Amino acid sequence: MSDIADRVKKIVVEHLGVDEDKVTENASFIDDLGADSLDTVELVMAFEEEFGIEIPDDAAETIQTFGDAVKFISEAA
Amino acid sequence: MFDLTGKSALVTGASGGIGGAIARALHGAGATVALSGTRMEPLEALAGELGARAHVLQCNLSDAAAVEALPKQAVEAMGAVDVLVNNAGITRDNLFMRMSDEEWREVIEVNLTSTFRLCRGVLRGMMKARWGRIVNISSIVGATGNPGQGNYAAAKAGMVGMSKSLAYEVASRGITVNCVAPGFITTAMTDKLNDEQKARILTQVPAGRMGEADEIGAAVLYLASPEAGYVTGTTLHVNGGMAMI
Repeated sequence: MSDIADRVKKIVVEHLGVDEDKVTENASFIDDLGADSLDTVELVMAFEEEFGIEIPDDAAETIQTFGDAVKFISEAA
Repeated sequence: MFDLTGKSALVTGASGGIGGAIARALHGAGATVALSGTRMEPLEALAGELGARAHVLQCNLSDAAAVEALPKQAVEAMGAVDVLVNNAGITRDNLFMRMSDEEWREVIEVNLTSTFRLCRGVLRGMMKARWGRIVNISSIVGATGNPGQGNYAAAKAGMVGMSKSLAYEVASRGITVNCVAPGFITTAMTDKLNDEQKARILTQVPAGRMGEADEIGAAVLYLASPEAGYVTGTTLHVNGGMAMI
């Protein structure tokens, strides 16, 4: 697994308090990992800080799963 | 009780009577304060009086870019914004039939839209800190209405609905959002009234006197305190019984 994926996973695990093995490629933050809408905003904020990038609101809306987040950040970082 | 040592508070409209009293109350409880307003002189006089832990941040709330920048400047000055008090407000009174779009727009922009922008601007830091206090200064007229103040009453009532909505969203993050609604308070604004006008208003105040700015400061201090952590989405009316709601 890439370095970016590891770092994203760490943030998700810490923020949502879920087991690491639940954070799979297609795991949806809201449907599978128990995030509420405010959690998803906070996750995006945490990604922005961790990777020093800006994630615009319309892009943030497309980040639904762990895989989406890794893909977006890999392209942006 | 009500100890704000180590907390940082941004107060808008701190050059006015009520804003100054709010800043004094928070500062007196140990908070570092950022005093915001348009007029430098009274802000610097107040900062001088408070001494340590006081910063002056000039901001014209009708300037959207300046409003966006204010939370960042406050963080630069104080390290954080733990408490936000949206106190600044203007009036452009006129009879409804004569009120211009401009009078309407100015009051909504400064009193309501800037409050929205400042709340939004401080949320990120409060969310991360899992602690925050937002106190929006509404008005009795937001609840009762007042002839000649359709714009002002709309803005002040709008603040209440906005605060409740935000309170819902961020309650789980340790952030509370409340309003204080002053009644008839001794300020530069009410000093302009003549004795006859004051006497007429006072007949409607069961307490039989005008309120003091300090009494608004005390209400804000309570809502900003750790002890008020379970109070959110409410409006604290401080009006001597003028409207019991």
